Amino acid sequence: MSNRAAWRLESLGFSQVYRYAAGKLDWFAFGLPMVGEFAAIPKASDVVRRDVPICHLTDRLGEVYQRCQAIGWAVCLVVNEQKVVLGRLRREAWNANPDTLVENVMESGPTTFRPDNFLEPLVKRMRDKKVGSVIITNSDGVLIGLLFRKDGEEQLSRDQPVGAAPPRDK
Amino acid sequence: MPTDINRNDVQRLIVDGAQLVEVLPADEYNEAHLPGAINIPLKKLDAQSVKPLDPARPVITYCHDFQ
Repeated sequence: MSNRAAWRLESLGFSQVYRYAAGKLDWFAFGLPMVGEFAAIPKASDVVRRDVPICHLTDRLGEVYQRCQAIGWAVCLVVNEQKVVLGRLRREAWNANPDTLVENVMESGPTTFRPDNFLEPLVKRMRDKKVGSVIITNSDGVLIGLLFRKDGEEQLSRDQPVGAAPPRDK
Repeated sequence: MPTDINRNDVQRLIVDGAQLVEVLPADEYNEAHLPGAINIPLKKLDAQSVKPLDPARPVITYCHDFQ
């Protein structure tokens, strides 16, 4: 559609016409600003925790564990130099030999979500699948942070309109 | 001939004064669009509807995705 529009603009005398082929889905999935009615709907980016610890494939598990413990995290995300998410270290991974390389104990290719995902269906999906947290990346797979279901539920309960509150007992 | 560009090009061209045009129907534009974009649905794209655009500046068209 945007291609036909671009050609039509040229036919109308515009000489510098460009087409953003990936369109607004790409823009929003990258976490870039949105304008319009949907902008006010809670999204993953509203509650994502951006301070999640990271490590690299060739880090030693013991060193990573100590670093995560020191800042109170039980999970660590494995990224490359471009901060693209390659894996995740869950609680179970910490039981391995401390000299083990991260790449040998990580969960490879964890499922990720985009910052523009609407929060309500995402939290529902997490609840249905009994998932406590999900990884948020931009559309290039670059880490944005970790979204905890608890944070999402709290955010949604705060956003409930007054009219949606259950009636009081008489 | 229109030039296909990516997200980075869009951001650069906007800084340089490009005009963004969402060519989807108005209801979809009203739901969500890029900052600064105006709406000229493809079905209404003609000499009259493009009058808000400056022919001397670059114009970027977009819709949902690779449609």
